[in-house]
This record gives sequence, structure tokens and C-alpha cells, in this order.
Amino acid sequence: MINVKTTLTYAAIKIFFHGLREFLITLGNAGKDFVHVAYYVLRLRINIKAAMEQASRFAVDSLPITLTIVGMTSIIIAMQIAPELAKQGAEGYIGMLSSLVMVRELACIMAGFAIISMIGSAFASELASMAVGEQVDAMKVLDVDPIEYLVVPRFLAGVIMMPFVFIVSSFTGLICAGVVSNMTAGLSLLNYVNSLWQGLYIRDIMIALLKAAFFGGTIALISCSCGYSTRGGAKEVGISTTRAVVWSFLAIAVWDYIFAAVFYL
Amino acid sequence: MSIYVTNLVKIFDNKKVLDNLTFSVQDGTTLGVVGFSGSGKSTLLKIISKLLYADEGKIETAKNSDIAMTFQYSALFDFLDVYHNIAFPLLERKEFRGKYSKEELKKIVKEKLAMVGLEGIEEKFPSELSGGMQKRVGFARAIVTNPKTILYDEPTAGLDPVSSTLIEDYIVRLKNELNAACIVVTHQMSTIKRACDNVILLYEGKIVFKGSTQDFLKGDNPYTRQFINASLEGPMEIKSAI
Repeated sequence: MINVKTTLTYAAIKIFFHGLREFLITLGNAGKDFVHVAYYVLRLRINIKAAMEQASRFAVDSLPITLTIVGMTSIIIAMQIAPELAKQGAEGYIGMLSSLVMVRELACIMAGFAIISMIGSAFASELASMAVGEQVDAMKVLDVDPIEYLVVPRFLAGVIMMPFVFIVSSFTGLICAGVVSNMTAGLSLLNYVNSLWQGLYIRDIMIALLKAAFFGGTIALISCSCGYSTRGGAKEVGISTTRAVVWSFLAIAVWDYIFAAVFYL
Repeated sequence: MSIYVTNLVKIFDNKKVLDNLTFSVQDGTTLGVVGFSGSGKSTLLKIISKLLYADEGKIETAKNSDIAMTFQYSALFDFLDVYHNIAFPLLERKEFRGKYSKEELKKIVKEKLAMVGLEGIEEKFPSELSGGMQKRVGFARAIVTNPKTILYDEPTAGLDPVSSTLIEDYIVRLKNELNAACIVVTHQMSTIKRACDNVILLYEGKIVFKGSTQDFLKGDNPYTRQFINASLEGPMEIKSAI
């Protein structure tokens, strides 16, 4: 007789439900923390100094890696599409395609991935270390709300700075794509710049900026929430950090789908 | 402010971690809480400090802002220097924000550091301090708002005997200077002898001894005798506690 518990199907179902449980816990914690954060933000109880420190960290510290990732991605895409389009006599579309891909999708999502890896994981591990080291408890006993002191500044830094990261990333990506198109397809930079605006509208930029703000807030909130809810020791700090990274990736992918469906379908 | 605990019950996973505890601590006195590891001592402190909720019973004590607690591993904020650690409640607590000028804050921090014998270390970070110094900075941070209730969670754990004596002296000194009601959770007999006026012994979440330190040390209660003599023989079963 077959032992059901040893079958591959059973293992797959178990993994699925474990993942679902983790997802619901993370979603519940993030939702609860969001309500808490919104309470302070709406009452303008914001620690400006802490928010500025976190904003600088969020945007400036992560910028070299973010720009490298976005720049490399745009170079690779331009290397693939520019010569092909030139062969078909469609050089005039290279700039347009680059700007559409970069502004609508790539700059935001690639910057989001870079920031999750650098800043989101740092937020989660910092807060998790503080939670297991009783620093969060100490803050509560000192009658200072850890959400107000630790999470609100990080959340605001994400919401405010991610659109700036997106703008710088988009410019970097477009410049890289232009240079590579020039080198691989012989497209002049003037023609490239002229064609940039053919398919791109102000509405696209506004949507992308809004999307970036959503991405930034979501990354900060999920990372902080995963860190803040950590209990246990060093092992749990690692688990929380991994959870923050995984769920932040998934969350921005879902946001990206929602934005595409709402604004471009 | 005095602490009154009445019929306190805390349940974790259907197990009573604290079972019907009743005791009080008067102003200007220190209560030592002893017991095996896992007997619920730290849980008791967390309930009194309002970090955890009780499932049943009543606790009357100072309001949140008048309770201070020191932690077993100090729990100093490692991203802040000693000055900002101690000034933290005065800078960040809503009722104190903007109340003190920079000069006043500096003076208060200096004063509190002097009370724990650590002048001139304001610019150091917690990672640059020894375990004993971290504990004393934790004390300074706890008393910076002149609390009415002070809770100490294993204040001498992991310290050498001389540093322990120093810490015990500070516990007595702070109690006298602030006239606070204090509770010390400890495993160390020296802390009980030197710093506590009364003692309760917990076993399996229940109080099995409640009385003065002298009675605890010299009385004939079988539980206290077993605990003091560190004996495996007696009414308390070690295997159930560890």
C-alpha cells in the first residue's frame, strides 16, 4: 500500500500550503503595520530627521547598484533589438521602443529589485535584530512607539524616494540604450533622442511615478513588517530577511500587473 | 508608585506559566523574584511593564511612562551612542519632545551617567563598552525620566563578582534616591542578599515562598532551603523546570 505522505504530490501540496500560510502571515502583519503607519502619517507625527536619514539611505546609498543593474539591462536589450530593427529598416522605432520599455516597465521594476536586495533586506535584518535583542521591547518600555520611530520614517523614505530613483534610473537606462544603439546599429544620437517621444506620453510618466511610489512604500512596509514581527534568535533573523525579500519581489510583481491591467488594458 | 499584583494568571499554549500570583511591592523597597529557569520570572516582569497582557488578574502600578525596565542583555540601541541612548526617552517620548534644550539634556545625561559611575563615555557606542558598563548605561537610560517603578531583569547575569557587587550597590542607591518600587529578577544569591528587601520564589508558575530576605535566607521553608542549597533533593523537581 502506498504511503501518501511519501508521494511527490503530497510534498508539493504541503509546500504550497506552507507558502500560502507564510504569505497570509506576512500580508496580515504588513496590513496591520500599514494601518499603524497611516495613523501616524495622517496625524503628521513624523520624525523628520529620521525620515531624512532613511531617505538618503534609500535613494543615495542604493543608487550605484541600482543604476548599474538598470544600465546593464538596458544595454543588453538595446544590443539585442537595435541591430535587428536596423536590419528591418526600423531605426526610427529604436528610441521609441527603448523609452516605452524603460519608462513603463524596466526602470521601475529593476530599480525595485535592486532596492529590495540592498535596502529591503537591510531594513528587515536591522529590525529583526532589534526585535530579538529586546531593543524593540526596550523602546516600548521607554514609552516610544517602535512603529512611529522605526517604521514610519522608512515607509516615507520608500514612498518619497522611489520616484526619484525611478527618474534617475530611466535617464541612465535611456542614455545607455542610446549609446549602444549608436554603436551597434549606427543610429545617430539625434535621431534616437527625436524618436524617444514618439510613443511616450506625460500620462505614462505620471503612472510610472505613481507606480514607483507604490513600489517604494510596499518594499519598505513588507521589509519592516517582516523584521519587526521576528521572534527567536539569529536563525529567525535570517528567515525574516529571506521572507522580506521574497514577498517584496512578489508584491511588486503583483503591483506591476495591477498597474498594467488598470492603466494599459 | 507601589505595585499591587492580584490573582495574576498567564497562559501560553494551554499551559499556566503564571498561576494565581498575588503580591505587592511598596515604594522604596525592592522585591527579589527567584526561581528555576522557565518558572515565569521574566514573563512576570513583561506583564508588569505592559509588554505582555495577563490572561486573568489585576495589576495596579504606575502609568506606562513611570515604569522603567533594564534588560538581561542591556538592550541598548546599537545604532546610537551612549549620549543618545540615555537621552532617548527625553528626545523621542511625546510628552518630553522639545521640552529640554541641548544644554539641559547634556546636563541630565551627565548627571545620570555620574549616578552609575560612568562619566565621560557619552560619545562611545554600546559595542565599545564591556558587559558591566552596558548594564550601567542601561540603568542610566532607565532612570533618566525619574521613574516610580523600576524592573530589573537579571541585572547581574554574566558579570564577574566585583561588577555584580557594583551593580547591586547601584540598585540599592537608585531605589533610595528615587524612592521607587523595584522588582529584581535574579538567579544570584548575592543580589538577593545585598539588594532585596523581600523575596518571592516561583515554582511552576506559583509562589511557593513569599517573605523577607532574612526569612528567605534563614527560614526553614523546604522550597527555599532546596533553592539556596542548590540541591537536587526537595519538593521542586528539576526535570520539570529545565
